[in-house]
Formats: sequence, structure tokens, C-alpha cells
Amino acid sequence: MNKKKVISLIVRYSVYGLVALFFFWAISNNYFGYIFSESSTFLLLVKQHMQLVLVSSALALLVAIPGGILVTRKSFRRAEWVVSNTVNLGQTIPSLAVLALMISILGIGFQTAVFALFIYSLLPMYRNTVAGIDSIDENLIDAARGMGMKPVQILFRIELPNAAYSILAGVRTAIVLNIGTAALAYVVGGGGLGVWIFTGIQLFDNGYLISGAIPVTLLAIFVDYLLRLLERRIVPEGSRPPQEL
Amino acid sequence: MITFDQTTKTYEGGVTAVKGVDFTVEKGEIVVLLGPSGCGKTTLLRMVNRLETISDGKIMIDGEDSMSLDSIELRRKIGYVIQSNGLFPNMTIEENVMIVPDLLGWSKKKKKERFKKLMDMISMSSDEFGKRYPHELSGGQQQRIGVIRALAADPPVMLMDEPFGALDPIIREKIQDEFLQIQKEVNKTILFVSHDIDEAIRMADKIVLLRDGELMQYDTPSEMLVRPKSEFVREFFGKDRAIKSLSLHTIRELQDIIGLAEFDEGIEDTITINVNHDLRNTLSMLLNQEADQVIVIDDDGNKLGAITIDIVQKYLHFEIKAKPTLVQKG
Repeated sequence: MNKKKVISLIVRYSVYGLVALFFFWAISNNYFGYIFSESSTFLLLVKQHMQLVLVSSALALLVAIPGGILVTRKSFRRAEWVVSNTVNLGQTIPSLAVLALMISILGIGFQTAVFALFIYSLLPMYRNTVAGIDSIDENLIDAARGMGMKPVQILFRIELPNAAYSILAGVRTAIVLNIGTAALAYVVGGGGLGVWIFTGIQLFDNGYLISGAIPVTLLAIFVDYLLRLLERRIVPEGSRPPQEL
Repeated sequence: MITFDQTTKTYEGGVTAVKGVDFTVEKGEIVVLLGPSGCGKTTLLRMVNRLETISDGKIMIDGEDSMSLDSIELRRKIGYVIQSNGLFPNMTIEENVMIVPDLLGWSKKKKKERFKKLMDMISMSSDEFGKRYPHELSGGQQQRIGVIRALAADPPVMLMDEPFGALDPIIREKIQDEFLQIQKEVNKTILFVSHDIDEAIRMADKIVLLRDGELMQYDTPSEMLVRPKSEFVREFFGKDRAIKSLSLHTIRELQDIIGLAEFDEGIEDTITINVNHDLRNTLSMLLNQEADQVIVIDDDGNKLGAITIDIVQKYLHFEIKAKPTLVQKG
């Protein structure tokens, strides 16, 4: 066994150990108690959290990917600079500020939270779509044109399949980040598991804090896993990065 | 047949890449576009399938003005091979090869049969490679696939843009030979871009030598080597033109015209060479002095005679230089 392997094993098992220790500590102090004693509230919060993530991610998906495809078309190339910088700008504003700004326009509640999360998910999806399409070898496009493929055929048969890995990685990043950021929805009255997290912070109550934070974490890990499975199905075998083959 | 009629390409900034080029590629011929980089050879090639627009003049394909056809349809009728093979990584080898037939709406059965036939042509197993992906193949195999992909829908015309340029010399020569064999069978009209003089001499029925977008000479390789029309052509082919021209001739031609020397059974250190070997390689072998005697054999292994540097030199002087017009490609 080489050094690298030994180190990676040590790191891995120490992480497992820490996680186990954490759960032992949390369970022995009955910090997960609220999940069971207030299970109907818990389920409602989980449902709200998932709704926030689903709606905002779906909207972002519908805007960012077609947008990324559009700016990589020859006739829209010149617009790329403007679009990319606008999207980048959206990302540089702190998430709390976006929420606060949106309150003044949309009021408080679900729609404000969804809008802020939507803005936040755009960049990773859009940027990876553009990067994925841009990274395709010019020669492939040249060969495709030279063989008489129409632009639509080039898009669906060459560009999108070969950019799929990058695009899906962007979608995964955006959604996983989104699950974490959705905890902030509490601030604008959007509900979700953030309600318990913030309650826990305000009351110095570890029970609420952990009953809210751990499910968010587990949800993020689970969704990440699901999306990786989806990736394996969608990305064509030949265009996956070599280490995944 | 491809006819260039005062074909001109001027870019937006006023730079002229191709200036009024006139020549015809006859059916079944390989014409190599040769010249230093930036001479416009790739631009000229890409104008044929309209990947570049034609600024002035015409390109006729089988007597039809290429501008009168729909560009998509035109391209599907022209095979196109590029240097970096251009195989699509997301598709299997079979899907890659069958792209144009697929675009043309061939039936599954017809595609399957065609794929097998094409793979047989390059001696690769269709069962073994069909389901593999391009990255699983070697560079030489990928380039072969690139070539048969262009042949898939049996187009009458093929455009090849430095198709073997990225391969190492040994594999390149092998694939060039293989391609010439395929060409004998399929008899396509081929326009071939190269910057490699040896490749051009090997592959071409005729060479178009370009400089700064202008046609300098259009001739058979031997004519160009022996009778360059201008100082530029002379210099382009270099001081070793005479040696280069030897690659157009085989030992058999030499034997037919001036004959071989007697061989001496008494000499032990002897190597043999096939009578179909070209004279340039033969000369290199002789100069390397790998053995005391080099005996020429035919395909059945019969000894025909011995060959020496003197004989090759004599052939070069009396046959190639003195009678250039009689020289035909071997």
C-alpha cells in the first residue's frame, strides 16, 4: 500500500469517526427529539424546504440552460459578454442582500425566497452550460458541418451530448447549494427547515438547531447522490472524463 | 470531376487568400494541393464544400455549379476527412461511421451491411470495434475510421485536409499505402491537402503547387520534379528533387529498361529486396551498406539479379533526367 492510499484511508476513517461521535453526542443529549415530538411541524418544514428548492431550481434550469445554449450560437456570440457579466453580478450580491431587496418588491413569503434562490442557481447552471459547449473541439463542429449536418442536428447530436457532463455538474452544484441556501428563506418568511435552525440560534437551543440543520445536510447529500446517478445515465459513455470510465 | 474556374477568395479585410485559380480534378484522380503554410490550400479545399464562401469565380462539381446546390445537400455528397480525425467522442465507432447514411435516412439493415463492408476495407473487425468509443482506439485506427466515415455514403468526391498529418511517420506510410489500395477499389475524385512533399509525391496523380493563393504549377509529380516551371517550384522541391523522383519508380522499371547486374553466389553477406520496392528506398538501403550484395527477388522469391548504387545512378541519369516526358507515375 502506498503512502497516498494510507493517508486517504486515515482521513476517511477520521471523518467517519467524527460523524459517529457527533451523532453519539447529539443522540445522547436527545437533540433530535423535536423531530419526533413535533413530527407534523417537522414534515411540514421539510415539505416547504423541498418546494423552495424544487421550484427555484426548476425555474433556473429552464432559464439558464436555454440561455447558455443561446449565447453560444454564432449570431448571439456578441451578447455573451453582456449576459455572462449580468449573471456574474447577480452572484456577487450577498444572498441576504438579495433577500432583503426582494422583500421590498415582492413582499415577504414563499415567492420572495423562490426568486432569490432562483437568482442564485442561475450562475452555476449557465456558466457550466456555456463552458461545456465552448470546450468542444472546433474540429468536431467543423467535421459535423462538413458532413452536412444542420445546425439543430449539430446542437442535439454533437454539442449537447458532449457538453452534458459539464452541464449536469453545474446543475448538481446549483441544486446542492440551493438546498443549503434555502435555509435562509426563514428570514423572508419563506418557511423551510431554516425556521428551526434560526429558532435554535435565537433560543440557544441545540435541539432545534440540530433537528433543522442535520436534515438539511442529509437532504443535500442524498440529492447529490441522486443527481450523480442521473449523470451516469445521461452522459454518453464516450464523453465522460477518463477517470469515471 | 471538380473544376475550378477563376476561383477567388477575398476576406472581409481585403486579404486575398486564393487568387483566380484554374484547374480540373478528373474523375478517379487524386490531386494534392501543396504549398507552404498560408498559401491558401486549406481555404481552397474548404471552398469546395462551401465551408468557406466563394468570393469570385466558380467551382463546378460534375459540371454543376456548386453554388446552385443547397449547401447541406452538397456536403452530404462530398466525403470530408480532417487532420484531427473529427470523430465524435459521444458516439460509438459504428455511429460515427454511419453519420451521413443516417442523415440520408438509410435503413438499419443497409447501414449495418455498409459498416461491415467499410470495416473490411481497412481490415478492422466490425464486431470488435463497432461498439467501442473513439478514445479506445489508437491514433492510426482513429484516422482509418475517419477515412471510411467519409466513404460511408459512397460520395463521388472526397476532400481530405492533411488526413495523415498527425500520425507518426511509420504509421503514416502504412496508412497512405492502404489508402491508395482503397482508392484503386473505390476510384473517387479526391482533393487532398498536404504540406509534406514526400506525401504529395506518393499520393498524387497530379499536384497543384500554390503560393500566396496563386497556382504556381499543376502537373504530375514527376513532371514537377524534373521540369519545374519556375524558380519557386524548383526551390520548393529542394536540391534532392532527383532523389525524391526516385520514389516514383520501382526496381522493376529499372530492370525493364537498363537491367540488373549479375549476382555472385559466392558472396555470403547478402540481403534480398522485392522487385516492387521503390528506387528511393532501395538507394537508401544501398547507401546504408547493410550487406555486401543486394539481390532483387520477385514475389515468388526467384532471384532476378543484383542491384548497386551505380545502376541506380545510371537509371537516374539516362532515364529520368534525359527523358522526362516519358516518365509515368509507377
